[in-house]
Amino acid sequence: MKQVRILGRDIRDSFKSVFRNFSLSLASISCITITLLVVAISIVLSINVNNFATLVEKDVTIVTFLKTDTTDEQIKIIEAEIKDLDNIESVVFNSKESITEEFMEASDTYKKIMEEWEEGENPLQDTFLVKVKDINYIGETAKKIEQIEGVQVVKYGAGMVEQLVGVFEIVRNITYGVVVALILVTAFLISNTIKITISSRKREIEIMRLVGASNINIKIPFIFEGLFLGAFGSIIPMVATIYGYTALYNRFNGQLFSPFIKLIVPSPFVYQTALILLGIGIIVGMFGSWRAVRKYLKI
Amino acid sequence: MNLIRLKNVKKVYKSGVTAIYDLNLKIEKGEFVFVIGSTGCGKSTFIKMLYREEKPTSGQIIVGGLDVAKLRNSKVYKLRRKLGVVFQDFKLLSKSTVYENVAFALEVFGLPKSEIHEKVLKVLDLVGLKNKAKHYPHQLSGGEQQRVAIARAIVNGPKLLICDEPTGNLDEVTSMEIMSVLDEINKLGTTIIMVTHDTTIVNKMKKRVILLDAGRVLKDYEKGTYVHEAG
Repeated sequence: MKQVRILGRDIRDSFKSVFRNFSLSLASISCITITLLVVAISIVLSINVNNFATLVEKDVTIVTFLKTDTTDEQIKIIEAEIKDLDNIESVVFNSKESITEEFMEASDTYKKIMEEWEEGENPLQDTFLVKVKDINYIGETAKKIEQIEGVQVVKYGAGMVEQLVGVFEIVRNITYGVVVALILVTAFLISNTIKITISSRKREIEIMRLVGASNINIKIPFIFEGLFLGAFGSIIPMVATIYGYTALYNRFNGQLFSPFIKLIVPSPFVYQTALILLGIGIIVGMFGSWRAVRKYLKI
Repeated sequence: MNLIRLKNVKKVYKSGVTAIYDLNLKIEKGEFVFVIGSTGCGKSTFIKMLYREEKPTSGQIIVGGLDVAKLRNSKVYKLRRKLGVVFQDFKLLSKSTVYENVAFALEVFGLPKSEIHEKVLKVLDLVGLKNKAKHYPHQLSGGEQQRVAIARAIVNGPKLLICDEPTGNLDEVTSMEIMSVLDEINKLGTTIIMVTHDTTIVNKMKKRVILLDAGRVLKDYEKGTYVHEAG
């Protein structure tokens, strides 16, 4: 009961203290706001870039051409064998008849030529469209498919895919690195600003010690104060993320420059990002004040 | 019973300066003791060791049954809860009211609000500031601020009140007002140790006087036997 009462008072006093030391609190809060805005932008950018890369990677398909004289039964066996391989996401069969139809629909010239083909004269091949789970191993998977009895040739854009994957890998690492570095810088900046806020209250800590407050009793209100500063500082970045990104998404109809580059749908993405920002603000705020108070409790 | 006992206490600062050489002292419960001496005689160090703002280099200090020299940093609050300290510069929270300043010392114990209210008003009444509970320190005179500091120091009923030059910033009339408040508190049973260089006060109060010189007790005058000769 006693501890609950003390904790209740600590929370109340730390809240009051944010407003009583308003100018310094404002300095801390604006520092948190600005750094978290930068963090927010970098998170939104990096996740979108990664999302784009993943979408493109998922789109890469191994087209497996079967020999022209393959029977329906053989096709079923081949399909089962492909599905048995590791790293297979999906297998879709595309018969030469359906390919012919596609071509005929696409152009009248093709239609004229293809209509003249007799039964059994169709020179096209049955194909399997294979998607892989991990694009890094697409080459090996393609080789394995090629070795299956009845498969004539496989195509997946060898060379170009590897390059693309390599570039995406670098982009991913850079964006993650930037986000992590920014969060660290933020933590450092915020905790230093809070440290200044608290240094100005050395006297308060001294008096608390003097009247018999235990070290933990002294720390807790300051840690809560850090929590409040962090939470207040996250408000603007959170709102900016939620409304800013949603507005941007609507403005560009969910795609950037071309339908090829798709933006992430705002909900729940913006809410998750906002929560992450709040989390960073609060944790860094608490950590900053804890670090600052600790300094004055050593005598 | 001895409330305070010092045995062979020595204090050497990191800078190499020796502030206290071999101090031996006993102070009984309920006493009122002045500690006097010229600047640099070690009286500040002595008093700081009593509430463990400084640690002795060697020797033993017992305050209210606690071995102060052996007290760990994280346990200092146990000692601080047994005593009150008053300073020359008051050390009040400037952004808190008189009431909040005094209540602060009780809140750290986790007392219920009603009990805090009752105790704070009682002690403010004792120091004559009941009608200024809602004032902020800067709205008060020096003497009033010191009385707030005294109220804060005694609100939790400590056995010992340590005063470090409490009248140092005050004029003569105000100083005597503070002294009569302290005398009143002493009569209620609180032991008081007061460091001062104001010989007028010491002469008027006629209490036990410990005269320090160069880190040693030069003389320990029993109650009423000390008279400072002017010049």
